[in-house]
Amino acid sequence: MANTNYTELIDNLIVAFNETFLMCGISLALAIVIGIPLGTLLFITGRGLFWQNRLLNLLGGFLVNIIRSTPFVILLVLLLPFTRLVVGTSIGPVAASVPLGIVAVAFYARLVESALHEVDKGVIEAATAMGATHFQIIKDVLFPEALGGLLRGLTITAISLVGYSAMAGIVGGGGVGDLAIRYGYYRYQTDVMIITVVLLIILVQILQSLGDFSAKKAEKK
Amino acid sequence: MIEFDTISVRFQHKKSAVDAVKNVSFRIEKGEIFGIVGTSGAGKSTLLRTINLLQRPTSGRVLIDGHDVTHLQGDALRTLRISIGMIFQQFNLIHTKTVFENVAFAMKVAGKSSAEISTRVYEALELVGLTDKASVYPSTLSGGQKQRVGIARGIVNNPQILLCDEATSALDLETTDSILALLQEINRRLGITIVLITHEMEVVKKIANRVAVMSGGELLELGDVFSVFASPLHPFTQSLVNRTLNLDLPTRIVENCKNPLVKIVYNGDHAEHAIISETVQKFNIDLNILHGKIEYIGGKPFGVLVVQIVGEHAEAEQVLNYLKEKTYKVEVLHG
Ligand SMILES: Nc1ncnc2c1ncn2[C@@H]1O[C@H](COP(=O)(O)OP(=O)(O)OP(=O)(O)O)[C@@H](O)[C@H]1O
Ligand SMILES: [Mg+2]
Repeated sequence: MANTNYTELIDNLIVAFNETFLMCGISLALAIVIGIPLGTLLFITGRGLFWQNRLLNLLGGFLVNIIRSTPFVILLVLLLPFTRLVVGTSIGPVAASVPLGIVAVAFYARLVESALHEVDKGVIEAATAMGATHFQIIKDVLFPEALGGLLRGLTITAISLVGYSAMAGIVGGGGVGDLAIRYGYYRYQTDVMIITVVLLIILVQILQSLGDFSAKKAEKK
Repeated sequence: MIEFDTISVRFQHKKSAVDAVKNVSFRIEKGEIFGIVGTSGAGKSTLLRTINLLQRPTSGRVLIDGHDVTHLQGDALRTLRISIGMIFQQFNLIHTKTVFENVAFAMKVAGKSSAEISTRVYEALELVGLTDKASVYPSTLSGGQKQRVGIARGIVNNPQILLCDEATSALDLETTDSILALLQEINRRLGITIVLITHEMEVVKKIANRVAVMSGGELLELGDVFSVFASPLHPFTQSLVNRTLNLDLPTRIVENCKNPLVKIVYNGDHAEHAIISETVQKFNIDLNILHGKIEYIGGKPFGVLVVQIVGEHAEAEQVLNYLKEKTYKVEVLHG
């Protein structure tokens, strides 16, 4: 086992955490900006809803399923040309954010759809009976009523992203998970591996608590 | 005025079809409280929902104040819906909005200014007696209070019509009475036409002016509440009415009864006369009252008595004839 230089490790960890935050931050932002509208579209085009559209619903659902059923490592490689097209390079944390973001969007869209399904149909009907427009129903009924579920879904997405981002090392994305694999697994520095894994556990716990707290607050029950 | 003109609603599934409403035609007058009763699955909700087109009829027309609304779309449909309030069995309040915001949402939908909203919402809450609950969330309210919020929301835009889908079915008896009293007050004070559907005759009896009885998607009979109660035409209605009168005697009493046992039904025209004491004085017999109930429907008495005729056999026959003449209906249960 190699001796560990702890000052170097701390520097490495800081860099790695920054990379993790960058990758997860970008993909989470994409999940919110694209995943929410996509999930909403999947919901309102579904059966018995006000935008019922079988073709759009099937198409959207199929796209989401393709992304979700492809193993991430394979997606990472398959998307290399696309990544290069979008960010100009296929190496580094920003490049890794492209496949991560795509996975996050698909993942979160499904969670958004199911959170919206949880909204009491009677409340939607009451709003319809009042004469509300579709936009008003989405904005003033569906989203506020589903907010707790949307936040829980976002928490699950964020935590999964931390896990997925470990594989971003393959395209030089870096990050904490990658650090753990490189030092702990390939160089047999068990102490480094344990430290990073513990830090990752703490990070996930913090995310989970933040998510639970905000979801509870949003549910007003 | 709401008019159903040969309304039918069919729910088509892959192979099977359900005819929820079959060729129903009738009118609901302006300013009345109109009840629609029937058992579960009778098509009451489906028919009610054609009024604000939550359900489009498969065929037939719905006319409101003489205008055919059946094919309204878009803004015209929303304008119609704004002019019709609706309350629900499960209240259907927005859980994440306060009481104030729930009522305000209906006004926002109607395009009202926030200045108007802030005063009018309090007026509506005042009417239902919930001003002190304006800033709480629905989860902290009782069922009756939730329905009051529902009512405030339903009337805040000064609608012409208020639709009530089993509005009291989730509430206990006492709360039901207070909600019914509130609906009646709203009808009297604001002149809003109220259409309420229920599976309980009691509800109709308490506040409705007229009632329609539905079963299996069909309209069985329709009339003012008193006459439907006093002389139900259809066997289905008769059993509904009997159930609310609930005058069953223990079988032991009926079987061991040595004297003739009769059920006397009398209504507004007879109820105020002292028929029982008159009969006893006129004949040499006693009338032993075993069961009885007098209901007041719209202020008119309607009563049922189960009596035993104690006396000579020959006289009993005469008594029966006399009672038949003096009351609405006499039915021999035993004897
Ligand atoms: N959206 C729907 N799709 C298919 N069938 C339906 C639908 N809505 C109602 N039905 C059917 O139509 C019939 C009438 O239903 P409806 O809800 O109008 O009855 P109801 O008299 O209101 O009964 P309840 O007292 O249970 O509310 C029932 O057989 C029901 O199963
Ligand atoms: Mg119903």
